[in-house]
Amino acid sequence: MNLVWLFLGSIFVNNIILSRFLGCCPFLGVSTKSETAKGMGVAVIFVLVLAAVMTWLAYHLVLVPLHLEYLYTLSFILIIAALVQFVELALKKVNPALYKSLGIFLPLITTNCAVLGVAVINMNEKYTLIESVVNALGSSVGFLIAIVLMAGLRERISRNTNIPKCLQGLPIALVTAGLMSIAFMGFSGIIQ
Amino acid sequence: MISAIVYPTVVMGVLGLVFGALLAFASIKFFVKTDERVTLIRDILPGANCGGCGYPGCDGYADAVVNAGAGTGRCAAGGSSLAEKIAAIMGVTSEAFVPVRVFLRCRGTTAASIRTVAYDGVKDCRSAAIIPGSTPNACPYGCIGFGTCVEVCNFGALSIVEGLVQVNAARCVGCGACVDVCPKSVLALAPQSSAVQVFCNSSWKGPDVKKVCSVGCLACGLCVRSCPAKAITLQNNRAVIDVKLCTNCGSCITKCPAKTIGPLNIRCVDKETIDSQCA
Repeated sequence: MNLVWLFLGSIFVNNIILSRFLGCCPFLGVSTKSETAKGMGVAVIFVLVLAAVMTWLAYHLVLVPLHLEYLYTLSFILIIAALVQFVELALKKVNPALYKSLGIFLPLITTNCAVLGVAVINMNEKYTLIESVVNALGSSVGFLIAIVLMAGLRERISRNTNIPKCLQGLPIALVTAGLMSIAFMGFSGIIQ
Repeated sequence: MISAIVYPTVVMGVLGLVFGALLAFASIKFFVKTDERVTLIRDILPGANCGGCGYPGCDGYADAVVNAGAGTGRCAAGGSSLAEKIAAIMGVTSEAFVPVRVFLRCRGTTAASIRTVAYDGVKDCRSAAIIPGSTPNACPYGCIGFGTCVEVCNFGALSIVEGLVQVNAARCVGCGACVDVCPKSVLALAPQSSAVQVFCNSSWKGPDVKKVCSVGCLACGLCVRSCPAKAITLQNNRAVIDVKLCTNCGSCITKCPAKTIGPLNIRCVDKETIDSQCA
């Protein structure tokens, strides 16, 4: 039951973008069309879950026994970058269809702070392996929801010509993101 | 003391080595041979990613030519010279390339066609097309003129003049991106060799058309009877020219009482041009 709450909590209450403000770069950069936003969201789910498993293993099996916990940032970045590259190579051969649908989004996520952020959160909260995976899955689903909602809003905004010139494009997108964030803050306190 | 330096260095070094070796192994194990022709074709494509070929962007088309047997003459922006280059790379004879361009099946300028609704919403044809009462125009088939097509054109070939889309024939490559986005389907593609077209999209009967527009097709059928090549038919109360049969003789242009049929290359919307060159 705890896992269910953890999952729902990481989607809505602690939404990776709108509450924790991680991964804002793709949130604004890839959210102009809902098709690409969907692709990005799915790729994030894929990478985030894999990265959570790998970083948990590296942290608990390598860094903790050697008392090198302070190296986590460095090693997490190394692990995530290598993992994404490896997955990209493997997918291209093993599953070309999935590779095509994830496309350019895979390398884009290599240095995404949401991926690193979730790995660090898992570590700080002392989650077990299962909890880490659930948290990663919830966070990335939250990312997908947020970015698809944002893309839908921006598609409509881009058609509106009544916006003052100084607000067109990114400024109005940032205002929208802020309002969405406030809306998602409404979930806080529902799950402890 | 010394171990505080050696341990982390060794651990990170080993981690780096392991991942490096893993990636090196993966690049050999999972090596996928890409056909060099894909890259060659991609390099000579215009790179506008207009989607006129029916594939997702230039990359998709290059891939489809090599791997899915797509035709070599699908790139509207590149034209026949590009079709021949692609055919040369593929080692096949070039398929016949029919250059097309877009034209507006409407001459209802703000002066010629009544605008009944004072529309104050989002200036986008797709939004305007869904309001009750159809559009700002009294004619539900006409060009709305908010320029959604102008925005999607990658080649800067469209503009809005007197409430109507104007096509710059020299710039239009016939990709059809504007045709797809137009909620009224009032834009259409025609071969560049075609010189005569019907400039009305209305399916209403003659008397109804007359109420809302002075230049609409009245479905009278004079053009059908006057055409020596029998290329014109009436479909849904609208004259339609079969470009395969049309000989561009222009006899229908002189017969049409509503001045709806005209030459493709001249923009016939103001009365002077219509009287001097289009009729």
